[in-house]
Amino acid sequence: MTAAEIARDVSAGRISAAEITASTLAQVDAVEGDVGAYLTALNDLARAYATRVDERISAGERLALAGVPIAVKDNMCLEGTRTTCGSKILEHWIAPYSATAVARLIQAGAIPIGKANCDEFAMGSSCENSALGVTRNPYDLSRVPGGSSGGSAAAVAASEAAIGLGSDTGGSIREPAAFCNLVGFKPTYGRISRYGLIAFASSLDQIGPLTRTVEDAALAYDLMAGYDPMDATSLNRPVGRTADSLRSDLTGLRVGLVREFDTKVLGERSDALYREAYRELERLGAELVEVSLPTADYGLATYYLIAPAECSSNLARFDGVRYGLRVEGNDVAAMYDNTRAAGFGAEVKRRILIGTYALSSGYYDAYYVRAQKARTLIGRDFARAFAQCDLIACPAASCPAFEFNAKSDPYSMYLMDYYTIPMSLAGVPALSVPCGWTVPEGGRLPMPLGLQLCAPLFGEQLLLGAAHAYERATNHASAHPPETGAVRS
Amino acid sequence: MTPDTIDIRYVAKLARVALSDDEIERFSKELGELLGHVRALEELDTASVPATAQVVESRNVLREDVERPCLDREVVLEGAPQRQGGFFRVPRIIAQ
Repeated sequence: MTAAEIARDVSAGRISAAEITASTLAQVDAVEGDVGAYLTALNDLARAYATRVDERISAGERLALAGVPIAVKDNMCLEGTRTTCGSKILEHWIAPYSATAVARLIQAGAIPIGKANCDEFAMGSSCENSALGVTRNPYDLSRVPGGSSGGSAAAVAASEAAIGLGSDTGGSIREPAAFCNLVGFKPTYGRISRYGLIAFASSLDQIGPLTRTVEDAALAYDLMAGYDPMDATSLNRPVGRTADSLRSDLTGLRVGLVREFDTKVLGERSDALYREAYRELERLGAELVEVSLPTADYGLATYYLIAPAECSSNLARFDGVRYGLRVEGNDVAAMYDNTRAAGFGAEVKRRILIGTYALSSGYYDAYYVRAQKARTLIGRDFARAFAQCDLIACPAASCPAFEFNAKSDPYSMYLMDYYTIPMSLAGVPALSVPCGWTVPEGGRLPMPLGLQLCAPLFGEQLLLGAAHAYERATNHASAHPPETGAVRS
Repeated sequence: MTPDTIDIRYVAKLARVALSDDEIERFSKELGELLGHVRALEELDTASVPATAQVVESRNVLREDVERPCLDREVVLEGAPQRQGGFFRVPRIIAQ
């Protein structure tokens, strides 16, 4: 069931939140041994919240997410629960407060089922960088679910939740959504409060939903979006309701195809699927126009200076004093060194080192400032493109979900986010919507691909509206994948 | 932009992370390669381009200087690896 269906049925008294929660927890029991979406199960808490929701419904309250089971990425705080960021340094840390985004969904009747696995501190594209658990792709257990919000994606794909909360810094919502046949939506930078989201790269981080349908993404976004005084970077501007903007055609819209993103490089099968997706947009009434993002090719280089620089600063707070792990040393400096050596995994260390280097005296202008200038050029590219079109369409990821250990060279993993990073740098809203199945090179089972749609800053209504039209016309999201994946629901 | 190779030991000291000999060798190689990739930015003419720190309109967000609710001290200290009374406990910083 979708989140919207559950909320309607629970609100109408056709089923109770307690019953939905019990059946979701049973599904978790049945598949979690294979999938491993969650790092922490919240069974007792979920049942308690469900009781509370049923009481509120009985008392006549209207709740937009009545009884909807959600998976919370483990870099978001939920008061009284373990919040690890997939890291040994926070393995036993209990959050003393709740993230605004999480609190808003719970206030609307959502039931937190568990804290979902992720790449350590959201740094990765496969979930393999988690220090605390392995998450598998429900459609082929030999493949990764994507990342960094891989646990949230796998949980929704395996019906262990109806909404997954994710965070996206360079593609961490959109890529796992593509890998798990879901809608994954990164709103405009600043739309959703990051209060209670443990920071990775603060000029890029944005929270968003992973769902089975565009309607569910709109439902979750409308509740989470909006100004929060607890996050100075949250936008203090009106939020248009996206649930009222869902369209059934694309008449009158110009959709830009990016000249530099030739899908031929993705191989024959993927190329054919993306071409078909673009034709479908045209059949729905859109006019396809060619646009250019000449600087997009520099997105990865720009991102892999800016994001590590910000991460090296943000993660300085993990020093063995105020929270998490401490490993003693001869003096306070040795304590810091030892704590961080034991607490952080290889990818986090790699990024802290590159960021520290890029910010260090003598290299600051050559690396960090130059990357910030390239970021300006990328933003200008988008502004120019959006003068010629209303939306941009392109792939969401460089390939379908890959097998474990397939990307052992760090740079080959970074390339996964080639198509998502430019949007993050420009701050524009973007989503991935399912666009069909393909058997990967050397693979056995068909795996999903995602179409990325992208709108100008603050264009969430248009973006979700158009994605809804595409989703209804193609039905890839609700269609069962061809033949034998590991988890069917 | 010109480097060279990264002096990983020095950077690790700045970053306050102890590295093993294996890590020093591995990260020197990997980060050297990554720097090779990011050096592509030298191809862009950015001489007259302003830097972007973040993309939205917010500037110098201020608030009234008034007391607001905050977390209870006990709750916060429960997350600390070591405490003493109402304080975080740290190793001795000033020599006796």
